[in-house]
Amino acid sequence: MKIKKPAMAGTLESSDCMVTVEPAAKGEGITFELESAVIKQYGNQIKKVVFETLDRLDVENVKISIVDKGTLDCTIKARVECAVFRSVGQNKNLPWGGAIE
Amino acid sequence: MNPNKKRLRRSMMFLNAQKPGLIKDPYIYKPDSIMLDLEDAVAMKEKDAARYSLFHALREIDYRGVERVVRINGLDSDMWVEDIRCAVAGGCDAIRIPKTETAAEVKMVERAVEQSEKEFGVEPGRVLIMAALESAKGVLHALDICESSDRLFGIALSGGDYTKDLQTTISGTGVEMMGARQHMIIAARAAGVQCFDTVYTNLDDMEGFRRDVETIHTMGFDGKSIINPRQIPIVHDIYTPKPKDIIFAEKVVKEIEEKSAQGIGVFTVDGKMIDIAFYDGAKRTIELAKASGVYKGDL
Repeated sequence: MKIKKPAMAGTLESSDCMVTVEPAAKGEGITFELESAVIKQYGNQIKKVVFETLDRLDVENVKISIVDKGTLDCTIKARVECAVFRSVGQNKNLPWGGAIE
Repeated sequence: MNPNKKRLRRSMMFLNAQKPGLIKDPYIYKPDSIMLDLEDAVAMKEKDAARYSLFHALREIDYRGVERVVRINGLDSDMWVEDIRCAVAGGCDAIRIPKTETAAEVKMVERAVEQSEKEFGVEPGRVLIMAALESAKGVLHALDICESSDRLFGIALSGGDYTKDLQTTISGTGVEMMGARQHMIIAARAAGVQCFDTVYTNLDDMEGFRRDVETIHTMGFDGKSIINPRQIPIVHDIYTPKPKDIIFAEKVVKEIEEKSAQGIGVFTVDGKMIDIAFYDGAKRTIELAKASGVYKGDL
């Protein structure tokens, strides 16, 4: 999927995270930024979940930033997917159980 | 028949599916069911976000046996089909239809659920349906709605919208909902499905809440919609059979089984006249006692 426009998803409430995606040029790859109070303990895990989610969505070039407020893996996936699908303007016939997994 | 159709549903707790902090661990409060809401609790601009959140919660959070019902957006919106695809793919146990007014609407949802089960490889018939009645028209069609689908396990009164439709307000006495409650429980029982009462929104009046639950329990309702965990123990306490009721029900079941084998139809238990008409009620008391974890007998 190609990121078409900047998009955000999530909140700064406890147990949530705010995800922002922006388009990146072809070949630029994934630029990842993370802000979290538990970055030392969970930074690598959050990054892993974000990259796996982007891989399933077939997003190769994107600038993505996450502000984590103590979120679970399932919420990170949900917010990344929401931001990506908002960016491409799709909210019907979504691939539940496929690219969204 | 889906074995979950008749499961215990004393308390159904509403949770905004868009709020990770709410949906991550509601099982700690031990409701019988949770109602993951995609409808009124979710702001219009967050409808899409709520679905992703719902899907992953259903897939990845262990709700420890608590039933997971999803309230979809209204059939007058363009969101409800995608809501069902998301909920069924995620593995929900049931779909709650808001603002139900006709049996045809239940049929529409039934078809969408069937299609989604097929699309996502879910066992056919696994996902149940319940219908919320929120208008005078819906209440008047209660029996048709109750008989509309084998998947439908029950109906629920939604008091806020219903009282608006009646051009009145919620008084706290229950007078304005008396007719709907009575009509709905009769329709549900005639059709052999369950019936659930509306929420009680004044969290500062727990005595009023207790009286409200006692009323609907006496009327025959199977359970109540809940908006706060503090309400759950009160509902469960009222719905748990008391020791004297359990002892009496046990005697009734045993005596009826014994006497009917001897060809005796009418007899007394503890001075009360008993016949076969008491059997189902006594069995229900025993089943409820078992489900509530307070039955120690051998039936």
